[in-house]
Amino acid sequence: MSDGARVDTPEQAAFREHCRSWLAANHPGEPPVRLPQSAIEIMNSDQMDFLQAWQKSAYDAGLVGCDYPEFCGGGGHTSFQRIANDEMIRAKTPILPNVIGLGMAAPTILNHASDELKAELLPRLLSGEDIWCQGFSEPGAGSDLASVQTFAEPTDDGKWVINGHKVWTSLAHFASWMIILVRTDKSHKYDGLSYFVVPIKSALGKGVTVRPLIKMTGELGFNEVLFENLVVDDRMRLDELGKGWQVAMTTLLFERGAGNLDAPRAGGMTSKASFTTSVSAVVKLAKETMRGGKPVSDDPVMRDKIMQELVREEGFIQTSRRGRVPELTDHPMRIPLQGKVQVSELHQRTANLAMEVGGAKGSLYLGDDAALEGGQWTLGYMNSFGFTIAAGTSEVQRNILGERVLGLPKSK
Amino acid sequence: MAQPKNFGYDADAAALKAQAEKFFNDRLPVDQLHALVAHDSTPERDPVVDWKPEIWAEMVELGWSILTVPEEKGGLGLPLVAVAGLIEAQGKAACPSPLLETLNSGLVLSHCDQADAGFEAILEGKSVALAFADQHGSYEPSTTQVQASGDVLSGTAYFVQEAGKVDALLVAAQSDGGIAWYWVDKSAVGVSVKQDTIIDLTRDQATVSFDQVPAVKLGSDAGASFAAAHPAISALLAADVVGAGEWLLHTTVEYVSVRKQFDRPLGFFQGVKHPLVNVMMAIDETKSLAYNAACAYDCDEPNTQKAGHLAKASAANTADFSASRAVQMHGGIGFTWECYVHLYFKRQMHSRALYGDAVWHRAKLADIVFGPIAA
Repeated sequence: MSDGARVDTPEQAAFREHCRSWLAANHPGEPPVRLPQSAIEIMNSDQMDFLQAWQKSAYDAGLVGCDYPEFCGGGGHTSFQRIANDEMIRAKTPILPNVIGLGMAAPTILNHASDELKAELLPRLLSGEDIWCQGFSEPGAGSDLASVQTFAEPTDDGKWVINGHKVWTSLAHFASWMIILVRTDKSHKYDGLSYFVVPIKSALGKGVTVRPLIKMTGELGFNEVLFENLVVDDRMRLDELGKGWQVAMTTLLFERGAGNLDAPRAGGMTSKASFTTSVSAVVKLAKETMRGGKPVSDDPVMRDKIMQELVREEGFIQTSRRGRVPELTDHPMRIPLQGKVQVSELHQRTANLAMEVGGAKGSLYLGDDAALEGGQWTLGYMNSFGFTIAAGTSEVQRNILGERVLGLPKSK
Repeated sequence: MAQPKNFGYDADAAALKAQAEKFFNDRLPVDQLHALVAHDSTPERDPVVDWKPEIWAEMVELGWSILTVPEEKGGLGLPLVAVAGLIEAQGKAACPSPLLETLNSGLVLSHCDQADAGFEAILEGKSVALAFADQHGSYEPSTTQVQASGDVLSGTAYFVQEAGKVDALLVAAQSDGGIAWYWVDKSAVGVSVKQDTIIDLTRDQATVSFDQVPAVKLGSDAGASFAAAHPAISALLAADVVGAGEWLLHTTVEYVSVRKQFDRPLGFFQGVKHPLVNVMMAIDETKSLAYNAACAYDCDEPNTQKAGHLAKASAANTADFSASRAVQMHGGIGFTWECYVHLYFKRQMHSRALYGDAVWHRAKLADIVFGPIAA
């Protein structure tokens, strides 16, 4: 985003300088393996080991978790994370692998857990030593999330026994911990839900089974997780019994990018060459791709199609900018709640357009030497559906926007 | 100079917009607007210029007509983002007035080399419209069908906006020294205004002929000065589309929240809800690009042309989309003359084409992004 006019305070300017010089000296350089486009597509331990080492080094340098309190393992600052994110993305670093931990679990824990639990869980979450996953969706509970059936039953000695089946669980095969939405009362749909953090890695074979699912891209990355009589302490519960739905709403608010705390983000480096899904990358592709002896960029129809997408991309960038100017919007959630649907659909259309620009080469996939950007566009187009479906489908997002921003009658 | 984070939209700008919204609400609520401009539904009616000159007189008193006159020429020196807020409010009210054309003329004059007489007339409260389009509706002065012999004009200008309301015209004419801008009082002998029959009831448009009309030359390079002002005009027009779009969206939301079918308000159904959310997101895209274009014009010269094309390319689509969805979601009543929606539908159809439609602006954008197509 062209936002060069942002004025840093002296403290922020010093921090930005710290980020820049640290990144110049400590960028991990060429990865030993092909890296995925996002953390939820991490397939194997070679990728994960490399990315975890990178997150740990960035955390140790103070670039991850800057805005979290010190007793949680954070930097204790305000509005520093955005600067670190800018600089990490500018430097085209690898992505941070603990994306669900940083983006969803951490803000939820910060808002709803006891101080004791925060101090216990957050430092290893921020450093990436503990990978986190999210147990919300179930085979019978997708968009209708509140119909989850995984059940936590109280024991005589004040603990809980969990039984059930979670699905589409990204990163579960690497995760130490899961945030989980469970039913504690079968007679109330919403008020019968409670929210826990539960161990995964340490409970494998002892009440927890993780089974990988293969995506349409051929990649691994998400899983189903089965719970059979997993016993957890009551102190692992977040907020009050029966308040699980409210806690889940906090998670979803942050998952959709509408929370009040910047999640640590890095990226730009996916393989040996850097790659981002942007219209400017499609423009470059159109100049380089020949059709009938001429570059695609000389075809008026393709020029117009690409410009249509440029208008939408620049519109989204400028709307994000306007989201920080309260005088230029009539509802505080109008712009934040659009972020998820806009960015996921923008990437989907852009990747699709790149395949169209590529013509016959759009058919080539990862591993083919002649594939467009090594097959990244084709992979990106397919993976884009993960983002328009996960975290509340585009259709659910439109319900939320219609109901919460426009005030239309609820569809449920 | 880089753009400020907040588009330069400061407290003064917000105050101007709030003042304008209240003003239009008080002076011309939509029922009175409908009574004023939609009193005759006959499709082949003779063209009329329905407006309230007394509202315009108040707008002039408030200083709105001189907002694009540069400060050093006696204007108020407000940034264009503040003017965009005012135009957004006028678009929301769909108020018939020569405000936008007068502001557009001020913008063009700001890029002319001998414009003082024009600024003086605007500062005196005169309204003015740009007269330069050819019979095919090209919004580029290079194809003007008016000729200047010395400082005397002959020929015809087409698609002149608000010609029935303004006091004067800023005319692009082919002269010995190239295409130049000339100031003409509309009441001068030899000027004839033939009103076009247009769909938009909230604006007027005319074909203006000049027969040996003495004029005052104000700028010697009409092409360059119009090109320099065009991004600002695009920004303001996009702001008008945003205002009208917001009216269409909120009026439709109110209707579908009340009107029941199958025992439920229409807005319960996703087939109604989702298109309205899409309209909201389209308006937001255009609004962001409009204020971005205004801000670029104010302080980011290298990006001005691109930002202007982005704004109007988006606005043209949003005009169409917001209008069509409003009629459709209103159902049968939305298709009638008595429902106010058609006033805004027609204003948006007009705005869509004004000063370049989406395809034209995207072609210009492509020339910037890719370079011209190889011959």
